Amino acid sequence: MKGYRDYFLKKLAWFVVTVVVAFTLNFFLPRLMPGDPVAAIVSRMAQGMSNATGVQAVYEQYTRLFATDKPMLEQYIIYIRNVLNGDFGYSISQYPRTVADVIGASVWWTIALQFPAIIVGWIVGNTLGALAAYIRKGFDKVLLPLSIFLSNMPAFGMAIVLLVIFAVDLKWFPTSGGYDYAMIPSTSWEFVWSVIVHYQLPFWSIVLITIGGQAIGMRSMAIYELNADYVKYARFLGIKDSKIIRYVFRNAMLPQITGLALSIGTMVSGALVAEIIFNYPGLGSTILTAVLGGDYPLISATTLIITFMALVAFFALEIIYGLIDPRIKAAQSE
Amino acid sequence: MRHMLRQLLQSGRFLIGFGIFASILLTVLIYPLFINDPPLEIVSRGTFLAPGIYVNVYDSMNFSTHYTLILDDAVAQRVGARLNDEDRLAMQEWLLAAGVLEGEINIEDTAALIELWNSNFDPSVRVPGMTNADRNYYIRLTDSLEGLLATEGAIVAVPNQTTGVLEETGVINQSDYVNIGEVPNFRVLPLGTDNFGRDVLTELVSATGTSLTIGFVAGAVATAIGLLLGLVSGYVGGFVDDIIVFITNLFTVIPSFVLLILISFSIGQEQRGAFTIAVVIGLTSWVWTARAVRAQVISLRNRDHVNLSKLSGHSIAYILAMDILPYIASYVVMALILQISSGILAEAGLSILGLGPRTTEVPTLGLMMNWSMIYQAHILGKWWAYFPVILVIALISFSMNLMNTGLDRVFNPTLRG
Repeated sequence: MKGYRDYFLKKLAWFVVTVVVAFTLNFFLPRLMPGDPVAAIVSRMAQGMSNATGVQAVYEQYTRLFATDKPMLEQYIIYIRNVLNGDFGYSISQYPRTVADVIGASVWWTIALQFPAIIVGWIVGNTLGALAAYIRKGFDKVLLPLSIFLSNMPAFGMAIVLLVIFAVDLKWFPTSGGYDYAMIPSTSWEFVWSVIVHYQLPFWSIVLITIGGQAIGMRSMAIYELNADYVKYARFLGIKDSKIIRYVFRNAMLPQITGLALSIGTMVSGALVAEIIFNYPGLGSTILTAVLGGDYPLISATTLIITFMALVAFFALEIIYGLIDPRIKAAQSE
Repeated sequence: MRHMLRQLLQSGRFLIGFGIFASILLTVLIYPLFINDPPLEIVSRGTFLAPGIYVNVYDSMNFSTHYTLILDDAVAQRVGARLNDEDRLAMQEWLLAAGVLEGEINIEDTAALIELWNSNFDPSVRVPGMTNADRNYYIRLTDSLEGLLATEGAIVAVPNQTTGVLEETGVINQSDYVNIGEVPNFRVLPLGTDNFGRDVLTELVSATGTSLTIGFVAGAVATAIGLLLGLVSGYVGGFVDDIIVFITNLFTVIPSFVLLILISFSIGQEQRGAFTIAVVIGLTSWVWTARAVRAQVISLRNRDHVNLSKLSGHSIAYILAMDILPYIASYVVMALILQISSGILAEAGLSILGLGPRTTEVPTLGLMMNWSMIYQAHILGKWWAYFPVILVIALISFSMNLMNTGLDRVFNPTLRG
């Protein structure tokens, strides 16, 4: 178990380093934006004010509030301290709401939508890919071009096509939002039902996109393994096909787990855009409003949360991978 | 090399992919030779005109010879176009309420329906539950039907310059036709107009060109960086390798789309041209190429021919270019193709977030998508504003991936199976 502990600690250290770098990038990049964000918000607040000293006072108040008068490094240190206390500052575009408030309202929608969708897509995609590799022939001939097409369909394209067919034309599902706009979030059955109905289209559009890429990956991994020497040897020994298949797919599966870890970033980005198409109240829509409002505290916090979620998922997968991959286990016991 | 080309030409996937891609590219190149309207010119007042041929009414009345064609179904067609399904259902509803038996009403048969309507409808009858607005609607409907069944033509009149009195200049009979070739002004809008009233097809072709350029620039930048870092890191090793591997691993786990959002945001709306966006996309997507190139270089660097070259005193650059690069060239080409198509997708994703190139100069596929989403073309059912865009994006990336799997099977024989 000592070997695994070392592996775990190494991955943990790496996780911490990536979080720190991501955090730093998230802070500095949006703040390099040309133009004075405080001036923008003040000009909005001070519309119709004719008194120059009044405008000046408002400007100074907001400068102090967003601490833009301090040097960048000092802002950074203050920011770290605040974030550790769960305080991301004020949103510029939705002032006086705090960033933590805005994100707190949207992050759960995103988590509840994307994680199940990506996992379902991954499982279905891998099963189909493995079947295609094993059966080949007609099934493969249909599945491969189909999954290439699916995985090449831009995520927003899939979202729009589903939206137009099932929401606009057939009217089976609502066109936008996370729940019926006439409702107030509560725990009533009606509300839960409304959430479920609104959930379907965004969910399936992400699942379909994920299936395509995963099926292609699994197919080529499984074909590679099926042609490996150990399979030929096992066949030669007369081991039953069904038993060989189990080994083959376990071996082909392992790189797919890494693949899932590595493609989480891409999947999340596709899913964010799909959220925007469905006007789903998650982080994707939050980014859109933040971009439109030039709201850098909100942008950095949102991207920080997304990066953090991707890093956590990546870390978790690596930990699981270390537990189940015999090759890593073997390396540890050496 | 020739052998490889022959194999490629036998690969169905590669040929299909290449065919699709080449036809898109040719369309982008040839279309402007025939139709060179500026892509962002606003041609219509009003938004989302449906696809079709728009004929100038004034010209066809005044400047074109009118021909008489005797077509039997002209009246039926005219009435059929005026009476849409909703009107028919409304008529059925009124007739039922007025006591006509359901079996007698056939809303598909236009002539019978109108006859039934004319013999039964009476504007003074108050049907229970009918609002005044409904009653006015029925009266308007009846009036327009009467006009439709009339046989006399429409009179064209022009006000006299001096007196202002209308003077009849001609009559347009119901059986008058113009030859569209003789009408001086008509405009074919195969994909209608968009939310700003711009010709979607012209815009789409130009946008495809720009997006392809963005893809090529982004792919070239990403492949160049990835190739350079991969070669150096894999071949030189040691401390340089450690640093490059560290950076590469870092950007593997930090989602590149997030970086893309952050950088595009920090550049600011004014500075974001299509070219800048392309470079930024390239700067955030070299990671995979670098990783793969490094892995391959490591397996190559101790080959005999490389050692021989080293002993002959060749420089590192020479060895990398002459002894290692040829072995990984096929991989690099494939990576480039994938980078191009993902660059196009990245631009589209960014534009939907409102972080695309600034909107005043050139259209891109992403910007067209962004505009049609903002103006809710998909909810309004204006398919021509968004569907062709999605189709083009999907076709570009589909064709590139097909070419790639074709290449993969040529370079990587185990996949052939």
